[in-house]
Amino acid sequence: MNKESWGSRTGLILAMAGNAVGLGNFLRFPVQAVNNGGGAFMIPYIICFILMGLPLLWIEWSIGRYGGRFGNHSTPFIFDNMGKRALWKYFGVFGIFTNIAVAAYYCYIESWTMSYVIHSVIGTFDNLSQTEVAAFFGNYVDIGTSTTGIPYEAVVFYVFCILLNTWILSRGLEGVEKVAKVGMPLLIIFGAFLAVKGLTLGTSGASPEHPDASAIAGLNFLWTPQFDSLTNPQVWFNAAGQVFFTLSLGMGSIQCYASYIKSKDDIALNSSTAGFTNEFVEIVLGSLIVIPISAGYLGLDWVKENAGFGMAFQTMPFLFEKWGPVLSMVAGAMWFGLLFFAGITSSLAMGTPWMGFMQDEFNWSKKKAAWSFGLITLIWGLPTVFFYSQGVFEEYDYWAGTFALVVFAMGEAILYSWIVGVDTGWNELKMGADMKLPEVFKYIIKYVTPVMLILVFIGSVFTPEGNDWSAAFQNLFAGNGWMFDNGSLIKKLTNAGLKEMLSLENDPLEIRKLADKIFYANVARLLLASMFLFICSLVYIANQKRLKNQKA
Amino acid sequence: MNTSALIMMISVMSTVTAITIYFFVRVYKSPQRPEPDSYSGNDPKSK
Repeated sequence: MNKESWGSRTGLILAMAGNAVGLGNFLRFPVQAVNNGGGAFMIPYIICFILMGLPLLWIEWSIGRYGGRFGNHSTPFIFDNMGKRALWKYFGVFGIFTNIAVAAYYCYIESWTMSYVIHSVIGTFDNLSQTEVAAFFGNYVDIGTSTTGIPYEAVVFYVFCILLNTWILSRGLEGVEKVAKVGMPLLIIFGAFLAVKGLTLGTSGASPEHPDASAIAGLNFLWTPQFDSLTNPQVWFNAAGQVFFTLSLGMGSIQCYASYIKSKDDIALNSSTAGFTNEFVEIVLGSLIVIPISAGYLGLDWVKENAGFGMAFQTMPFLFEKWGPVLSMVAGAMWFGLLFFAGITSSLAMGTPWMGFMQDEFNWSKKKAAWSFGLITLIWGLPTVFFYSQGVFEEYDYWAGTFALVVFAMGEAILYSWIVGVDTGWNELKMGADMKLPEVFKYIIKYVTPVMLILVFIGSVFTPEGNDWSAAFQNLFAGNGWMFDNGSLIKKLTNAGLKEMLSLENDPLEIRKLADKIFYANVARLLLASMFLFICSLVYIANQKRLKNQKA
Repeated sequence: MNTSALIMMISVMSTVTAITIYFFVRVYKSPQRPEPDSYSGNDPKSK
């Protein structure tokens, strides 16, 4: 019998906020903002947060608490109870599958942050050029090369990271809560320190190589409102996607955390507080670190051309070096430290749905459930480490970390609003509420949120060439058909992008590399499919057990 | 920074910060529910 409980309300809110706050708050958000025209991005982002993010957050908390009332702490049997059709429990498998699959590669990034904290402290980046700092990352992920003398360093850090997560999880919600209570305040303190540096850098970082460098130009670009962006579908899709990912929606971990809340206790105020804490970290801290600091030393044009996830590891250590030996060490430790706390508070959440399921259905102890999570994550995660450069990591990120989330969130929004019915859902949300919810949100939850999710889903399946929706619609109405982007699901499935590159390549070595990438992409998909089927089979066995117990 | 960017940045950041603080204050001011509630820290034996 699963008898876990939260220690305190603050602990629950911080754990939920920690689940939402991830590496994306500091890395994905600024990159999305830059790639979508800076200030053009902010208005659609805020609107999407209100119309989709917050309502979906409420939906997931409500579903979780409702499930917990019947002793269910993972989505397969929560959905089974809600949907009354056998199919829903298998749809709920996404709520366990996504967590394990994402944890498998997410722990790898988390392990980089651990390693980079150490490298920042021991001064590995001292006196390295920008190219050398970038090359260091390449060497690190090439597992044959060691940057510290430890053989297979990247693998060692990865295994250690999984062991650390597993050990904390083996202590149950108490362990998760303790990490959140320490990690979240530290993350905010570290972030605030770096944000103040970003905000006050001004033009002091300009150099002969980058005479136009200015942190103010970076902030101007990010915050100058551009109202014409409201008519650009591409910006809307990307803003909706960012809101969706930043709140860790569509995972199944929020439902699991919320399933340990009793019916008479509040979820409306708790969920809103956790959601806004995430937004505080993203909008206030996330916008004041990477963009202003990199624009402050390298110029806005460089940022526009090079903005990407890799900047965190390939560029930031080089920029911190400009602050002198002591401050660069402190800044590096703080930057990678905050990324580590952002990562671990999320990866811990990913372990709990599997643990809840095994405890509920097979009477496993929390220790056994936690160590089994660690083992499964390691088995499915090692290919992302060993075959990182062959694209296994990217495949996991696309199918589990992007596509599965959208499918799951769309399904649960439909289940909650249209199948169970929004009146029942709304009453569940209001039960024990410590705040009055605006009634208009009932209609937003019923009509706007599911429709927005359906649109995001359609957008990911039918992404037009160059992600240019305006041009795609013009072409369609002109009778020229719809040209798919290589990033669309339809083209991804057939490896169209890689095949296109392969057809244009003449160098035998590059041809071999591309052929390998296609092979490993297919292997990664088979691995993910095998994990999904494995969890489906466990759900089937658990269901048979339940039926047997009912008869007895 | 140009004026519109400055206004946008300050207004968005201060609104998000104020709402976050407001919600936390509401959480701390909300009356505790009678036992048994969801939080083991409130249990009589752990006090």
